[in-house]
Amino acid sequence: MLSIKNLHANIEGKEILKGINLEVNAGEVHAIMGPNGSGKSSLASVLAGRENYEVTEGEVWLDGKNLLDMKPEERAREGVFLAFQYPVEIPGVSNINFLRTALSEIRIHRNLPPLSAKEFLKMTKEKQELVEFEAKLANRSLNQGFSGGEKKRNEVFQLAMLDPKLSILDETDSGLDIDALRIVSNGINKLRSADNAFVLITHYQRLLEYIVPDFVHVLYNGQIVRSGTKELALELEEKGYDWLKEELQGQESINTK
Amino acid sequence: MMEKDDMMLDELANKEYEFGFVTDIDMDISEVGLNEDTVRFISAKKNEPQWLLDWRMKGFKAFQKQEMPQWQNFKMPDIDFQSISYYAAPKKQAKYASLDEVDPELLRTFEKLGIPMSEQKQLAGVAVDVVFDSVSVSTTYKEHLNEMGIIFCSISEAVKNHPELVQKYLGTVVPHTDNTFASLNTAVFSDGSFVYIPKGVRCPMELSTYFRINAENTGQFERTLIIADEDSYVSYLEGCTAPMRDENQLHAAVVELIALKGAEIKYSTVQNWYPGDKDGKGGIFNFVTKRGACRGDHSKISWTQVETGSAITWKYPSLILQGDHSSGEFYSVAVTNNMQIADTGTKIHHIGANTKSRIISKGISAGRGQNSYRGLVQMGSKAKNARNFTQCDSLLIGDQCGAHTFPYIESKNNTATIEHEATTSKIGEDQVFYLNQRGIDAEQAIALIVNGYAKEVLNQLPMEFAVEAQKLLSLTLEGSVG
Repeated sequence: MLSIKNLHANIEGKEILKGINLEVNAGEVHAIMGPNGSGKSSLASVLAGRENYEVTEGEVWLDGKNLLDMKPEERAREGVFLAFQYPVEIPGVSNINFLRTALSEIRIHRNLPPLSAKEFLKMTKEKQELVEFEAKLANRSLNQGFSGGEKKRNEVFQLAMLDPKLSILDETDSGLDIDALRIVSNGINKLRSADNAFVLITHYQRLLEYIVPDFVHVLYNGQIVRSGTKELALELEEKGYDWLKEELQGQESINTK
Repeated sequence: MMEKDDMMLDELANKEYEFGFVTDIDMDISEVGLNEDTVRFISAKKNEPQWLLDWRMKGFKAFQKQEMPQWQNFKMPDIDFQSISYYAAPKKQAKYASLDEVDPELLRTFEKLGIPMSEQKQLAGVAVDVVFDSVSVSTTYKEHLNEMGIIFCSISEAVKNHPELVQKYLGTVVPHTDNTFASLNTAVFSDGSFVYIPKGVRCPMELSTYFRINAENTGQFERTLIIADEDSYVSYLEGCTAPMRDENQLHAAVVELIALKGAEIKYSTVQNWYPGDKDGKGGIFNFVTKRGACRGDHSKISWTQVETGSAITWKYPSLILQGDHSSGEFYSVAVTNNMQIADTGTKIHHIGANTKSRIISKGISAGRGQNSYRGLVQMGSKAKNARNFTQCDSLLIGDQCGAHTFPYIESKNNTATIEHEATTSKIGEDQVFYLNQRGIDAEQAIALIVNGYAKEVLNQLPMEFAVEAQKLLSLTLEGSVG
């Protein structure tokens, strides 16, 4: 589904991604872990098309389509969904009105007929229940006055509504208490299917106890330096990242000798 | 990042005015220039009584003595009052029995503007008094209103048929000496609407008028007078769009509202005069004097305005709260894009005891637009326990526009309460990107954000006007952010 080949990207002239390679197939869940500043959120931003990143090399394909040629809204309509680490507040824009606009754009792109108000409301109700999102939040202004946890849960609610192919969750677990984490994880588990894929960006193994990944990758210094299964996450949890850094630096110094 | 912004700004700048077209109809136009003879010519053309001609003459004399106002936050353009023609009327005289008799060219114009002048309108509860240039062409549903004693007609007709009402109230809220533009209007006003709601009557439909400028070099000087007698209610809508012009056109309307004891008037405007091109060439100068007087106890007037057009908007719908317990509201959204200038706000004079007022102003600046809120809240010595709340917000799009706030407060009363809140914000790239990431393009994203920002004001508009206003906001700001 998603194929990233030798992806390099800069922000303000500084190279942040230094040759990422990643293959994600339908039905899979990949976790990307790594220390602060390793490029995890940058990778999410580049995939979503945030404009202050400049791609200098490499390719990204989504089901055979060149993602890097598309505007952010086109990527979204093609089925890329980014659950933001810090969702913005938009005063006065009702959550529901916003979702209706978004969904209708996506449906037009997918050649689906527009939903009637009744169908839309029915779907809203179903998805709210599925991801345990309160109706009162759905009817408020977009993220305005939401707590950190409510914002994250709104991201998952939107994910449920828009039904993307590829969901990238950028530290969706950060700032969640244990109950909220369980609700968010349950929601995502219910949304998993053989046709979609998830990339979870996280610092902590904790999230992966709830959403079990098929693959775990470690991002360090703009590259994926280690890939494995869920056991890798446990190992990181136990040992931290320092051993990995040391090991890598050791390799580098050997290489440069 | 900057480059992309610039590109978007360019794109916006190149956006043409969508309603710019000219209707080809023979006009009956007075010669250019302004002197006593012009005033007499207009009055004679309209077969006016002597008292009205005398009043026009007083207005003309006041106009000659007055200076152009200089306190506004922009350089007043040079207006050559002698190069303007002060009277234009469609040659085919008005007063048709049905729409079939109206010049089809005219009807097509209205259609392009989306002015709904059809029988179905009745279902929507709207009677439309269409002013095409200066003379009323068609007044609908008059009969139905007549049965209730409601008078809704052109001011010319009112002068003929209800002279006692016109004479009693005309010029009592905005005197002929008020300001340059009001004096000019007094001297040369062409036509406009007149509304009288009798005691205890609740007007069953929204009354609405569409104005449209359509003759080159013809100033438009509308005069509107609305009187709500004791315990009556009326909601009045005014909206306009103008065709594209290369030369500046002056628009100097006067609106007077009078609410007697227990009466309520709601006056809503959507203004979309031609704003000029991206360099500010052409466009309407909109210098309007609007004022309402809450004469009786427990009366109420509310102004709601959505100002998206004009090269210059100079407009301060004001309120005089004379009656005890009377209240006033001012809700405003003003948008400036490209080279547009808006200097708008309100003045509220609290005179009676326990008077209340509320001001919600939302300015939106894009392109190189300059948007000023100017407000005065005055608490008189007898205005015991008077209260005002003012909220004044500015939204900036891009980095070449400006927002300015000039709130004045004067209180001669230590029991009065005055609150003022103000915010300035910028549409963030983060907000736009967030919406992009959900499949919504930049244009639509801006429209959503701006409509959300202005919601508090838009909610005050009657339903169908609110929809029109939302479209206008989106249209005006198309392409303004990347």
